[in-house]
Amino acid sequence: MLCDICHKNPATVHLTEIVNDKVVEMHVCEACAQTKAQEINEQLSISDFLGGLLDIGEKKTKEQVLRCPSCGLSYADFKKKGRLGCANCYATFKHFLTPLLKKIHSATRHVGKTPATIEKVVPQASDEIEQLKKALERAIKTEEYEEAAKLRDKIKELEKKQNQKKKK
Amino acid sequence: MFEYFLTNKNNWLSAKGPESEIVFSSRVRLARNLEGFLFASKASSAQKKEILSKMQSIYKDIEKLKGSAFVKRGDISDIDGQFLLERHLVSRELIAESKNNKGIIISNDERISIMVNEEDHLRMQVMASGFDLKNCWRILNEIDNDLSRKVKFSFSSDLGYLTACPTNVGTGFRASCMLHLPALVFTKRINKILELLARISFTTRGLFGEGTQALGNFFQISNQVSLGLSEEELIDNLIGVVNQIKDQEIDARDTLVKKFKLNLEDNIWRALGLLRNSRLITTKEALGHLSTLSLGLDLGIIKGSDFSVSEDGKGLINSLFIIIQPAHLQKIESKSLKGAQRDYVRSEILRKKLGGKDV
Repeated sequence: MLCDICHKNPATVHLTEIVNDKVVEMHVCEACAQTKAQEINEQLSISDFLGGLLDIGEKKTKEQVLRCPSCGLSYADFKKKGRLGCANCYATFKHFLTPLLKKIHSATRHVGKTPATIEKVVPQASDEIEQLKKALERAIKTEEYEEAAKLRDKIKELEKKQNQKKKK
Repeated sequence: MFEYFLTNKNNWLSAKGPESEIVFSSRVRLARNLEGFLFASKASSAQKKEILSKMQSIYKDIEKLKGSAFVKRGDISDIDGQFLLERHLVSRELIAESKNNKGIIISNDERISIMVNEEDHLRMQVMASGFDLKNCWRILNEIDNDLSRKVKFSFSSDLGYLTACPTNVGTGFRASCMLHLPALVFTKRINKILELLARISFTTRGLFGEGTQALGNFFQISNQVSLGLSEEELIDNLIGVVNQIKDQEIDARDTLVKKFKLNLEDNIWRALGLLRNSRLITTKEALGHLSTLSLGLDLGIIKGSDFSVSEDGKGLINSLFIIIQPAHLQKIESKSLKGAQRDYVRSEILRKKLGGKDV
């Protein structure tokens, strides 16, 4: 396909514009796209314009605007380069990284060694709840109701704490 | 710089380690980042400089790194960089891109190397000749423990060691073995094996790592996973897979000897003929013939005394695999050589070493 403007170079940039409520498609070469970008608006920088082109047909989702407060990397940058900018990116993009980690590693939790200076990983609250629930089942089976009641209260307390953490 | 590497006799390249007929070498590496600094791609020059000088001041206190060389990328030439790459001591990324604030720590025996400010702040590796992953890990683990008492690594209790690329997060660990699989290539069984490996999350690469082709029938097999399994489990998984591939190669060698003996002999003696008589030879062609010759030695079809005064034919072939590469030729000749000149110098070295007639 040749460029709609110069009719010389192959069209590599595909524009969709709304003109008078009608969708107009344009196929232009990179050089013409740049010239057009200059014409369109002086306030708008070329990089904004060309950056915008990449998003045509794709709504700006939360994922693309999300930026890491520590290093300034956006999730879109990460998708382009495949590299995170800092340790904090893992927390910032947790929502998107978790499914990615599952895909790559089939796991989301570290089980290997820990640094010599840092203490061993403490079991997470959710693991503790699981264990308490098992103890509760056992207590009911053996009809130790007093113990079961204590366990029930402990579980409730832990679950409440966990929910509060999640809300934060 | 690094001329002394050329005379290193018993390093990981010697292929004298356990089971080295098929498993040429073993390697383990760890990716680590320092807490309080942005990752290398985002860190400012000042931050990277600080990391580099920190490493320069502490590496001597690490037992296993005593006597190692510390060099800044900016202080070595491109040929020296390529030379280190050919010896698998640095990555292409460390050599190719910006030279600023990058560093390399290399032990005298070349078994240990640490790259500073590559994709991660630290990329530490230990290599060994033959099939010796557990030994490599024992050494690397000790270095990692010693370092973690001097600097604080980025670590989260959930995700483990945090790395620039999520494919390395968790252990930051990668184990790999370099396998020589000529019979699987000749019998065309290799593709099926590579497919199977990919399906069970193992990566196969060529002689020089990422994005390189399988020259000289060498294949580098490594685990793709770094999270959710311990370093020891990852090593055990790789050992299991490598053992299976090894059995397959042995089986393919048996088939060649039983069913295609004459073709095999023809290939091996032709390879020697070409290596002894060529006047222009590329790295790729030379590696292919050396691979065939090496197979001939393994199978007893050809003997060291058939082409060399020394009995250690295998040692000679293994050293040739390395020294015929572009930067090595230029180090040996102590001058820069263009493509065709290199092909001539390469043929000259091969002729001399393999008992061919010189001009």
